[in-house]
Amino acid sequence: MHARADASDTAPNWPDDIFATLQRFDVRQVPYVPDAGHSKLIQRVLASSTMRGIPLTTEEEGVGLLAGAWTGGQRGVLLMQSSGVGNCVNMLSLIPILRFPFLTLVTMRGEWGEFNPWQVPMGSTTQGVFELSGIKVLRASNATEVPAVLEAAAAQAYNALTPTAVLLSQRLIGAKVFTK
Amino acid sequence: MSKANLLDRRQVVSALLADRKDVVAIGGLGASTNDITAAGDHARNFYLWGGMGGAAMIGLGLALAQPKLPVLVITGDGEMLMGIGSLATIGLQKPSNLSIAVLDNEAYGETGGQISHTSAAADLVGIARACGIADSRAISTMADVEAFAKAVHDLSAGPRFANVKIDSASVERILPSRDGTYIVNRIRGDLGFQPI
Repeated sequence: MHARADASDTAPNWPDDIFATLQRFDVRQVPYVPDAGHSKLIQRVLASSTMRGIPLTTEEEGVGLLAGAWTGGQRGVLLMQSSGVGNCVNMLSLIPILRFPFLTLVTMRGEWGEFNPWQVPMGSTTQGVFELSGIKVLRASNATEVPAVLEAAAAQAYNALTPTAVLLSQRLIGAKVFTK
Repeated sequence: MSKANLLDRRQVVSALLADRKDVVAIGGLGASTNDITAAGDHARNFYLWGGMGGAAMIGLGLALAQPKLPVLVITGDGEMLMGIGSLATIGLQKPSNLSIAVLDNEAYGETGGQISHTSAAADLVGIARACGIADSRAISTMADVEAFAKAVHDLSAGPRFANVKIDSASVERILPSRDGTYIVNRIRGDLGFQPI
């Protein structure tokens, strides 16, 4: 059993800010691997009439999906957790080769109060993996900077075809806590 | 060694694309991309030279973006096995305009013919059906290939999956463009999208 530090009565508003930005940029396909940090945004996407939430069995599927979506004329965004970034590495090679707009929003684990050592290796290398793969990395560490970071990331991804990952820091999301 | 009484891969792909009309065809990494090229270069061909395991998901993204267009993924058994989870993702989304044809020679032909899981254990038709793709067919005759090629144009009844047992003989390599940006932008242009 686990509970989250941010109880539902104090649910953060920053996922709403993300949703609004994605809507404004006409994002249509939203592949995701279920993730507590993205749960509110996923709910908003699944309730949306313009976006299609697409659950994946592994994150790399989302990279291929977004390549196909762009070929067919639609924008998408991949939602994942830092531990899923490692699953994508080979498929990320499609991004510079096909030159399609790539935006991913990554909730971070393995930092800022992490209790689970197993999350730390991938969380520690997430930014480096992206950068080695040719993807620009932006970070949001508190709720007030989320709108500006999302705006910048979406603009450079979709308008300038500059593949971009936004790391949503564990400080923003709240470290997961376990209770008995 | 090629087994007797199995279908010729080039004949299969030629039949799948013979009357393609507006089909967008996606090849998998390996020989299937060459087979699509051998059937004739086309503005709506998506040739995969990397990203092994990604063909079916590229097909899904395209099919969801263009629900009025038939989208046909033609890939190999090794490439399909690498992206096997995508069958579950497709089974959940159920895009009615997406078809997948696997050219199953039970081997990794590009790398020296090592056997694949389909040679003895993995049943791709059973996997696809169990992932929620109700129209999943095992194909071993050209008549069945031709029937599947017709079904690809029925946009109301997909997704559909076919596993076509083919001969494992090597055939001449016919290579398409390796320029991914060109390949994607050519399809986009043919669908009416302007460059950014």
